[in-house]
Amino acid sequence: MKLKRLIITLAALVLAIPAVSFAAKEVKVGFIYISPVGDAGYSYAHNEGRKALEQMEGVTTSFVEAVPEGPDSERVALNMARKGYDVIFGTSFGYMDPMLKVAKKFPKVVFLHCSGYKTAQNMGNYFGRIYQSRYLTGVVAGSMTTSNILGYVAAMPIPEVIRGINAFTLGAQSVNPKVQVRVVWTNTWYDPATEKEAAKSLLDVGADVLAQHQDSPGPQEAAEEAGVYSVGYNTNMQSFAPKAHLTSAVWNWAPYYTKAVKEVQDGTWKPESVWLGMETGVVDISPYGDMVPQAVRENVDNLKQQIMDGGLKIFTGPIFDQQGKERVAAGQVATDDQLLNMNWFVKGVTGTLK
Amino acid sequence: MQLQILKRTRRISFQGAVAVFVSAILLSLFFSGVLLSLGGTPPLAGFTTLFQGGFGSRWALEDSVLKAIPIFLCSLGVAVAFRLKVWNIGAEGQYALGAIGATGVAIAFPDWPSWAVLPLMALSAACAGGIWGLIPALLRQKMHTNEIIVTLMFNYIAVYLLQYLVLGVWRDPNSHGFAVSATFSDAAIIGPLSGATSIHWGLVHCIVLGILLLLFFRYTRIGYEIRAAGENMNAARYAGIRVDFLVCLVIAISGGLAGWAGFVEVSATVNQLQPAMLVGYGYTAIVVAWLARLNPAGIAVASFLLAGLRVGVESLQLDLQVPADFGDILEGSILLMVLAAGLFLEYRIVRKGRT
Repeated sequence: MKLKRLIITLAALVLAIPAVSFAAKEVKVGFIYISPVGDAGYSYAHNEGRKALEQMEGVTTSFVEAVPEGPDSERVALNMARKGYDVIFGTSFGYMDPMLKVAKKFPKVVFLHCSGYKTAQNMGNYFGRIYQSRYLTGVVAGSMTTSNILGYVAAMPIPEVIRGINAFTLGAQSVNPKVQVRVVWTNTWYDPATEKEAAKSLLDVGADVLAQHQDSPGPQEAAEEAGVYSVGYNTNMQSFAPKAHLTSAVWNWAPYYTKAVKEVQDGTWKPESVWLGMETGVVDISPYGDMVPQAVRENVDNLKQQIMDGGLKIFTGPIFDQQGKERVAAGQVATDDQLLNMNWFVKGVTGTLK
Repeated sequence: MQLQILKRTRRISFQGAVAVFVSAILLSLFFSGVLLSLGGTPPLAGFTTLFQGGFGSRWALEDSVLKAIPIFLCSLGVAVAFRLKVWNIGAEGQYALGAIGATGVAIAFPDWPSWAVLPLMALSAACAGGIWGLIPALLRQKMHTNEIIVTLMFNYIAVYLLQYLVLGVWRDPNSHGFAVSATFSDAAIIGPLSGATSIHWGLVHCIVLGILLLLFFRYTRIGYEIRAAGENMNAARYAGIRVDFLVCLVIAISGGLAGWAGFVEVSATVNQLQPAMLVGYGYTAIVVAWLARLNPAGIAVASFLLAGLRVGVESLQLDLQVPADFGDILEGSILLMVLAAGLFLEYRIVRKGRT
C-alpha cells in the first residue's frame, strides 16, 4: 500500500508543478487605436479594456493612439512585434491587411483584430454584437418620442452601421409602430463639428430624439442645446448632455481582453473569429437618464434579459426593406452572414444608402 | 535700450545661417522638453527615444525613408508651382487623383505583367493629378479666380470622388461592405529593392524625378523662364515670356508629381484604394517646401527629417506613454521656430542709434 500512496503523491506533485510555474507567464500587450484615447468614444472604450489588463499578474501593456489606417498602422504593428510584444490588438477595420502582413513575419506574436474578418495561424478577430444594444436604445427612443421622428447621425454606409440603424429602428417600432428614423451621413468617424451640424439638420425635419453612430459627442451637444432627447454610443455620454441623454449603446471590452490574454498566458489561445453578444458583457446599455419612466425601464430591462438568455433575436422575420420586399421570412432568424453583409434598410428608415 | 530691425545689406554667411537654424531647433526642443517634463517624462529620455525611434536603427531609418517618399514627391510638386508664385494648395487632391488614376489601370488590367501595367499606372496617375491641377490654373487665367481657394476646394471634391468610387463601382465585393477596392495583382505592386530591405522602388522614382526637375530648371529655356517670371511676372510678360502658358505648365507638373506620389503610395504600400490613405501629405508638402526654401535637395532632407520625427513620436508613445498630441506640438513648434528664424537671414536686429 505504501508504494501506491507514493505513486499518488508523486503524481499529484507532477500535476501541481506546471500549475505553479506557468501561473503568471510574462506577456507584453500592445494596442493600436484609430483616435486619441481622450475622444470619449470608441478608442476610450478600448483603452478602458486595456486598463483592466494592467490588473492581471504578469501583464504589461502600452498603446499608440491616433494611428491612421494603412501604412502607418503597419509600421506601428511592426515596431511592437520587433520590440517583443507578445499580443497586439488593432482596433480599427483598416488595420486588418497591415496586421496580416506583419503577422506573417512574426509567427510567434498573437495578433487580434477588431471588426475585420481575416484570420491567420497567429491572427484572430473579434467584435461585439452592438446591434443588440442599439435595439434596446431604439426601444427607449421609440417610447420617448412625441413627434415619432427619430434622427440618426451615421458615419459610413457600411454593413456595421446599417445593421445598427436597422436594429435601432426595429427596437423603436416594437413599442411605437408609427415611428420613422431619419438618417444623415457624415462620411467621417470622428469630426465633432461636422457631426454636430449633421445632428442639427435632423432637428429641422422634426426629430425629437437624436441617436448616433459616431465617435464624438457632437450630436449629444446638439440635442442638449435644442432641448430634445439623445442616445449616445461607445461610452456613457451622459456627462455631455445631462438633460438630453436617455441612454447609450456602450462597449465594455474588459471581459474579452482579460479572457484572450489569459488564454495566451496559458498557451490555450487559438485563432478564431468571435462575435460577442450581450451575454458576455462586451456590449451593453448605459444607465438611464432621470427622464426615462419606470415602465420603460422595466420593459427594456426585461428585453435585455431575453437577449442575454437567447430568447430574443433582434433580426427575426418577418422583416421588410424600404421597398416593402420581404428580407427575412416570418419565423426565420437572419444568419450571421446576412447580418455581416447587410446593405439594405428596414421599412421605416428614411434615407438612402449613399 | 531700444532695438530696431534693419535689412541686411550683405548676404548672411553660411555659418551664420547654420547658427540661426540650429538655435531655432534648439529653442523648440527646449520648449518641448519643458512640456515633456511637465507631463512627467524626463526630457532627455524622451528625446533619446524619439531619436532612436526615428533614426536610431536600420529599421527606423527604413521606416522614415518609406514615410518620406510620398511627402517628398508632393513637396517637389508644390515647390514647382511656388517658384512661379502660383499657390497650389491642392496637392492633397492631386495626390488622391493620382491614386485613383493608378487604381483604374490596376483594376482594368489585372492580368498584365509589371513592365506594362506599372508604367501605364504612373502615366495615368500623373495625368489625373496634372489635369486636376490644370483646371484651377485655367480658371485662374481665364476667369481670374483665386487659385488658393479653387485648389483647396478641389481637395474636397477629390476626397469625395475617391469615397464615391470605393463605395460604388470599385468596392471590393469580398470586403464585407467596407469601402475599399480589390487588392491589386502582384504585377501592379511596386516591390522592394531587394529581399533584404523594405525600401521599395519608389525611392528610385524620387531620385530620378528630383534630378530631372533640377536639370529642367537649370538647363532648359522654359525652366529659365519660370525662374525669371517667378521673380517678377509683369516684367516677364513685358519681355515676351508666355506667362499664361507657364502658369498652366507649372501647375500641371505640380499636380503630376503629386499624382505620381499617389501612384507610388497606393501601389507600393497600400496595395488597394481606400479613403484612409489620405492622411494629409498634400498639406505637409506645403510646409516642407517652405522649410526647404523650394530647393529639391532641401526638400529631400526636410521630408526625411519630418517623416523621422513622425515615426519617432510613435516610439515615444509606445515606450514612454507620451500622448500623440505631443508629436503635433513638437512638430508645430519646430516648424514655427524654423520659419520664424528665416527673418534673421534677411534682417538683423541692432541697438537704436547704431548701424
